Amino acid sequence: MDDTTFGLTLTVLGMSGTLVSLGILSLLIAGLKKIYPFEPEKTAASKGKGN
Amino acid sequence: MLLESILASLEALISGLGQFSWQQVVMIVIGCVLMYLGIGKGLEPLLLVPIGFGAILVNVPFSGVMEEHGFLRVMYDGGILTELFPILIFVGIGAMTDFGPLLANPRILLFGAAGQFGIFLTLLLALALGFTKLEALAIGIIGACDGPTAIYVTTNYAPHLLGSVSVAAYSYMALVPILQPPIMRLLTTDKEKRIVMASVKSTVSKKTRLIFPILVTGFTAIVAPLGVPLMGMLMLGNLFREAPGLERLAKTSANELANIVTLMLGLTIGATMAAEQFLRIETLGIFALGLVAIGLDTVMGVLFGKLMCVLTGGKVNPLVGAAGISALPMAARVVQMEGQRYNKKNHLLMHAMGANTGGQVGSIMAAAIMLSIVNAMGIL
Repeated sequence: MDDTTFGLTLTVLGMSGTLVSLGILSLLIAGLKKIYPFEPEKTAASKGKGN
Repeated sequence: MLLESILASLEALISGLGQFSWQQVVMIVIGCVLMYLGIGKGLEPLLLVPIGFGAILVNVPFSGVMEEHGFLRVMYDGGILTELFPILIFVGIGAMTDFGPLLANPRILLFGAAGQFGIFLTLLLALALGFTKLEALAIGIIGACDGPTAIYVTTNYAPHLLGSVSVAAYSYMALVPILQPPIMRLLTTDKEKRIVMASVKSTVSKKTRLIFPILVTGFTAIVAPLGVPLMGMLMLGNLFREAPGLERLAKTSANELANIVTLMLGLTIGATMAAEQFLRIETLGIFALGLVAIGLDTVMGVLFGKLMCVLTGGKVNPLVGAAGISALPMAARVVQMEGQRYNKKNHLLMHAMGANTGGQVGSIMAAAIMLSIVNAMGIL
């Protein structure tokens, strides 16, 4: 394989591969956040309200 | 008789002086300059000082530090050739890194991809300048702005360039606050620089933080398995940080382990800077290409930021794109300072930290993808 073909193939596939991979990873993280949403910790005062 | 004996002994004692070549003297001066940059200017002192000192030691005639059984040779064979040092240092980096800002806004991970484009564009330039395919890979990886990744790739594919690639990578990482601002200013309008981004809310559950390292490792194993040693160790360190009951491991990884490995890594990289290997015309080319790589990372990051700005209807400040590299946390601080320079009420730090930690993940992912493609091509 000549250098130009090697370089261009690697550049196109590398850039798009990195972008797509991290794009999918960001979607997976967003999904993870949906499955385990943030719940603010109850403060001691609010925990004691019922007592 | 006694006098002759004393003179002969004295001659033996100072025999090393006569053996100094001008190239070794130049390398010792370079070692001193690296130490000055570290100590005097505060640029990556933890690395530049051991590297500089290693460079001095290896260029002293008859020091034997890199000959068989020499102590630096033993460390080099055991830690660099085996890839152990760059891998272990990622455990420490993982334990030190808070991925919270990235997890709060996962979309910002895309900046970590754009910030790696310099790797590939520099690879093209290196090929055009006549470097071999494997050398071009090693030179391009300087654009990852990630010392351990650069060492890992170079050790595997162009070990004869290890000294110049590593020193270029660490030196330019330290120079990010000087290299990036002119490019950021040039590529953005005053209106863009003043864009205020919504504050990052800490809305990440503990379970998300715990699963994140496992998810990223598993994803890397599927997409680019060659990156698993680096990404796996980065994420292991982060798991130590986030998991309950592992505080001791997290503390050890972030402090003792990271410090010890940094010391040995720096010294052994310095030891690869023997005059006959380092003082070549191609070293100048590598340094020039490394500079281009980091410049291109910044250009592509900011341009991607501009695209995100348009796509989000002006909600993203393009300056944040410059933080999508692995130089943590310098690049994020640069973005914060540049943002405040044009709008005192602008606080971009948390967004930039998200992009910066995304750059950490992105640099390993880009290197892993690059190596997987090369492997698939049958070049290796």
